[in-house]
Amino acid sequence: MNHLTVYLVLSAILFSLGIFAVISRRNAIAVLMGIELILNAANINFVAFSRFGTTNLDGQIFAIFVIIMAAAEAAVALAIVLNLYHNLKTVNVDDASTLRG
Amino acid sequence: MNVVGEIIFWIFVAVTVGSAGVVVFSRKLIYAVFALLFTFFGIAGLYVFLQADFLAAVQLVIYVGGVLVLMLFGVMLTNRIADIRISHSTRNLLVGGGATLLLFVILVVTVLNEHWSPLNMPFQGNTVNEIGQLLMGKWLLPFEVASMLLLAALVGAAMLARRSDQSGDDA
Repeated sequence: MNHLTVYLVLSAILFSLGIFAVISRRNAIAVLMGIELILNAANINFVAFSRFGTTNLDGQIFAIFVIIMAAAEAAVALAIVLNLYHNLKTVNVDDASTLRG
Repeated sequence: MNVVGEIIFWIFVAVTVGSAGVVVFSRKLIYAVFALLFTFFGIAGLYVFLQADFLAAVQLVIYVGGVLVLMLFGVMLTNRIADIRISHSTRNLLVGGGATLLLFVILVVTVLNEHWSPLNMPFQGNTVNEIGQLLMGKWLLPFEVASMLLLAALVGAAMLARRSDQSGDDA
């Protein structure tokens, strides 16, 4: 069992845990934490393949762009959650159903 | 890799997986946020083992210093700490758990059945220097687009978080 396999299995574990958090948690901030886990799992894959698959650093560059996007996403999502709490007095994603037909 | 390095590597793997489990299954939201800190820290350690030292530093500064503090603010501003009722409820446990487990099994079986032939040729030279050259050369356009995205996110988040009823005009 080489190290590339370890990284890929670890990334699969993190990805599945993140998906499970997004599906099962009711709190909007817990859902956001699941999304962060998913993005980190993808980053581990990028960096591992950059290390074991190529001799250049393009995978690391892509991981940097993923981190940039995650930071922007977290800031906007937290602002939306604060607005949701201000308007509906809840951060439960099931209660924010005013757009449901 | 020598024995000590191997042991440290597996410690980082264990910390990452264990604290990610706490993030997902913890009953209290505030514990989940602090467990996320250890997950990010473990992933930064794994980046060091992948010869991505610059990325490890970026992970620590942006995730631990930025995103995690934002999450903490979010938890503190939206939940009454004493109120446990909101934080721990879950839904879709059976269906979601089954689907996630299926996805996980498919991923792991695919990874383990593939005959990887890792190219064990570490990058020669200074990674920080090379990343700087790549960002300013080959990846210049995505770099500029990312700066525009950050500016838009900054303005958008400030605009969204402003309270409309106090400012008087629209928001």
